[in-house]
Amino acid sequence: MSGDLDQKTAYELLGLKQKEYDGICEAMGREPNYTELAVFSLMWSEHCGYKHSRPLLKNLPTEGEGILQGPGENAGIIDIGGGQAIAMKIESHNHPSAIEPFQGAATGIGGIVRDIFAMGARPIANLDPLHFGSLEKARQKFLLEGVVEGIASYGNCMGIPTIAGEIHFEDAYEGNCLINVMCVGIVDQDKILRARAEGPGNLVVLMGSTTGRDGIGGASILASAEFDETAQEKRPTVQVGDPFTEKKLLEACLELRDKGLLVALQDLGAAGLSSSSSEMASKGEVGIDMDISKVPLREQGMEPFEIMISESQERMLAVIKPELEAEVLAICDKWDLDANVIGKVTDTRRLRVFLGEKMVADMPVDALVDEAPTYVVPAVRPAHEVDEPLAEDHYQPPSDLNETLTTLLRSPNICDKSWVYRQYDHMVQTNNALWPGAEAAVLRIKGRKTGVALTTDGNGRRCYLDPRRGARAAVAEAARNLSCAGAKPLAITNCLNFGNPEKGEIYYQFQEAVEGMAEACKAFQTPVTGGNVSFYNESFGQAIYPNPVVGMMGLAEDVTMIGTPGFKDEGDAVLLLGNARPAVDGSEYQSHILGDVAGRIPDVDLEMEKKLQLLVREAILEGLVKSAHDVSDGGLACCLAESAIDGGKGAVIELTSDQRPDLLLFGEAPGLIVVTVEEKYLEHFAQLALDLPTQVIGRVEGERLLIRASGADQIDLPVAQAAKAWGAALETLITG
Amino acid sequence: MAAFSQTEVKPVRFGVVVFPGSNCDADSYDAVRSFTGADARYFWHKDTGLTGLDCVILPGGFSYGDYLRCGAIARFSPIMAAVKNFADEGGLVIGICNGFQILLEAGMLPGAMHQNEGLKFVCKLVNLRVENNETPFTTGYERGQVIKIPIAHREGNYFIDEAGLAEIEANGQVIVRYCDESGETTAEANPNGSLGNIAGVCNKERNVFGLMPHPERVCDEIVGGTGGRGVFESIISGVAAEAAGASIAAEAAGEMKDILGNIGNERPR
Amino acid sequence: MKAKVYITPKAGILDPQGLTIERSLPALGFEGVTNVRVGKYIELDLPDGDAAGEAVDKMCHKLLANPIIEDFEFELVPE
Repeated sequence: MSGDLDQKTAYELLGLKQKEYDGICEAMGREPNYTELAVFSLMWSEHCGYKHSRPLLKNLPTEGEGILQGPGENAGIIDIGGGQAIAMKIESHNHPSAIEPFQGAATGIGGIVRDIFAMGARPIANLDPLHFGSLEKARQKFLLEGVVEGIASYGNCMGIPTIAGEIHFEDAYEGNCLINVMCVGIVDQDKILRARAEGPGNLVVLMGSTTGRDGIGGASILASAEFDETAQEKRPTVQVGDPFTEKKLLEACLELRDKGLLVALQDLGAAGLSSSSSEMASKGEVGIDMDISKVPLREQGMEPFEIMISESQERMLAVIKPELEAEVLAICDKWDLDANVIGKVTDTRRLRVFLGEKMVADMPVDALVDEAPTYVVPAVRPAHEVDEPLAEDHYQPPSDLNETLTTLLRSPNICDKSWVYRQYDHMVQTNNALWPGAEAAVLRIKGRKTGVALTTDGNGRRCYLDPRRGARAAVAEAARNLSCAGAKPLAITNCLNFGNPEKGEIYYQFQEAVEGMAEACKAFQTPVTGGNVSFYNESFGQAIYPNPVVGMMGLAEDVTMIGTPGFKDEGDAVLLLGNARPAVDGSEYQSHILGDVAGRIPDVDLEMEKKLQLLVREAILEGLVKSAHDVSDGGLACCLAESAIDGGKGAVIELTSDQRPDLLLFGEAPGLIVVTVEEKYLEHFAQLALDLPTQVIGRVEGERLLIRASGADQIDLPVAQAAKAWGAALETLITG
Repeated sequence: MAAFSQTEVKPVRFGVVVFPGSNCDADSYDAVRSFTGADARYFWHKDTGLTGLDCVILPGGFSYGDYLRCGAIARFSPIMAAVKNFADEGGLVIGICNGFQILLEAGMLPGAMHQNEGLKFVCKLVNLRVENNETPFTTGYERGQVIKIPIAHREGNYFIDEAGLAEIEANGQVIVRYCDESGETTAEANPNGSLGNIAGVCNKERNVFGLMPHPERVCDEIVGGTGGRGVFESIISGVAAEAAGASIAAEAAGEMKDILGNIGNERPR
Repeated sequence: MKAKVYITPKAGILDPQGLTIERSLPALGFEGVTNVRVGKYIELDLPDGDAAGEAVDKMCHKLLANPIIEDFEFELVPE
């Protein structure tokens, strides 16, 4: 054993509580040595052990028709018929990106992509929901530019199109940006791989990059005293991504899969070899013996604990049959990849680590993986939450709604994001039936009529005002986005971004959001197939907006019959579907124009929402609807303006409502969709709609957007002018 | 005519080279195979022979991670010697994006690539003006025709010295230029700062063609357009016509040799 | 005076470019090459004076290098 620290100082510096340390001793039947302590401290960390979230996550629906793999594996798997399946997962890389945005985001992509091909799936799309502070701050521009370039450099090099995502800017993320990354892959159902180590005697192979001291971070206090000080100082805490090696790793793994050479496959992520080996052993109810002197190292003098917890990127662990060793290594060699047999599967249910002949760690697998303590914190409702929405006359209306609309279209939360997605290769693999900027991304599946639709949705501001309603709304909006593209929602993956869960108010937000998400997922029959929890998103004690981000996938029955947001033809009727009453509470209007975030957001009517979405999907499939766009950030006026800009066509709209025009036009409420229908099909559409609330509010016409409400012209804006305001805003903010 | 009925229609055979880091290899392969009368197979970069092919595609991607310089390492791959021989014998070679960069690094095409003027990766549809339709890659287009093909690169800023530029211009080696909707080669329409808005060039012999835009990405309306089809149609119809011509010529030569001497060797157009 | 700035990846940090170049050299007949590290070289002119060294040091910290992943060295050459 190395090091000079007494045991108590050591475990405290590693972030373990006395009670947790006692638990480790009990599981071990003795005091752990430093290597074991380092491994336990990571396996029992919040990140790996889900200590504050596990009890609540049990409330999420995870099973349903077509769900071939729920949470617990590297990614969820959903049946899409034809013998094929979709693998998907979302994850956060918030903290690494806040330190070094380029590499933080790049390695985030690397990690999530490995999760997908660990399932045997070929990655076909990335989606990246990003949240930053206000772009008026130089630091935030630096973060945005670095993150976008990092995503671009990694995803583009891998040849995986980044096809969707979202970007929000709120002061609440100033000290702690949210960089969530989602990857989606496709796999033949008979080729799905899992991380279940099986068959005592089978070999454990480490493939890919060399192992360095990347990401050892806090555990470096365990380094022995004789370790020379200058080397310590130079220890990289930032992990550097190598997309080229990952691309080779991907191709090698898929070749191994095609040839049926793998028993199990797992990527090395947080806690590196420790978590990957113990999780593989746990799933297969076996043990693993590893000789870490066989691990190719990038640096000299690495200690066993460092090798075990290193988070060096672009590495995978495979279990193979001994007789196939030569064949497996030959394929890795073909791809110029390091691959070494470092261990074997045993029936001991223990993770035993050797350095040559010498055993340096011996730990029970179940304790490492399943026995991290869980915590339930007494929930406290935050003081800013209120029961009642704001009175509709709470704010004075602006004098010029035309100007308000233009300002909203320029808002970085609403404006055109092509400055971002042009840096992403969003076309490689040639499957995009819908391009970025549309309601959702739709990918064709080569050789089939079906298309896969994908979207992400998260709105922290609404969740801040009411986490339960906010989470319900996030699921509903994701489903609405897919439905507007003509696709039926099937499943979600979630990334739950919150502050410090040890605080009652944060725990309350988490609990409410998870329950709200569960309610909505049950209603839409979109089970949660996995995801990630990111806690401690705080800076200087100030938490981010609670932000449960939803990544949703669905299926478009016919990829040639999908919905797009732009107005198409002069004379088409514009219809508003849904009867929700727009509200100022939590809206972009309130935040961006009125400078406030207050009140209580309206709740989504899940039953109504389901019916409306079904209507839109059926109408799209029957070819009745020419455009479909949901009312979200910026309300009805922004929704209409976006459809006008996208289609390059104006509209004349007449609204009848008792509501004050500014609230009617810019207020937000879940459950509203704008569609256009050719005059001659209106009757057919009405038959389909039955008694659902739909109203014709105008028609596509001319080159201006004209909106009348309360008997007066409220908006009169040339579409070209709106397009200019919307199109140039982001680049101006970044370069200006 | 007996000569036609006896002509066996062979598919036009494309070879797609896969380097470590290639990522548009499958797109090129799929695109080619979507055409009637065309077939494709992959070649690994360590292969040393290219046999039975009509056209070699060096696909887009990030060969060797684009480390050092784009294409700088890939050009030393064993297959590149075979590609060069193939081209020297008159075989058709097309390099798309990273493939173009490899051809430049290998000296098979004139010029070099800088980083984009904007220093950022750019992925978008651009307009291209076809400058020369008398190459095996562009006969399917009209001269001056404006076509829409996407670009996706960070190092696509084409450079060549003054003398080199004068030479390729004079030889008609500039095949496509970035332009606006109406075909004007304006500065605004130049997405990466390329000299003379040059998007693609060929060699003097016109059998090696490199371009930054990705024709293989726009061969199907469902994914956003068909502007790239012309490139593959040109190659396929050219090779097929040559094959048919050769076959007819051979037959005709046999039949008419006694009567007309060597006249039968002329290929029907 | 002229400053010559050399920027290299920090010791121990992964250098994918260096590694890829290292691996491709044997194919060209250069055996036994190790520790290939790819960095940047920057030249710049700045006013003479005692503060020049300090200025370049600050430039490196703030802009020229990314101290989180890169080391730098520089030399000042009078012209």
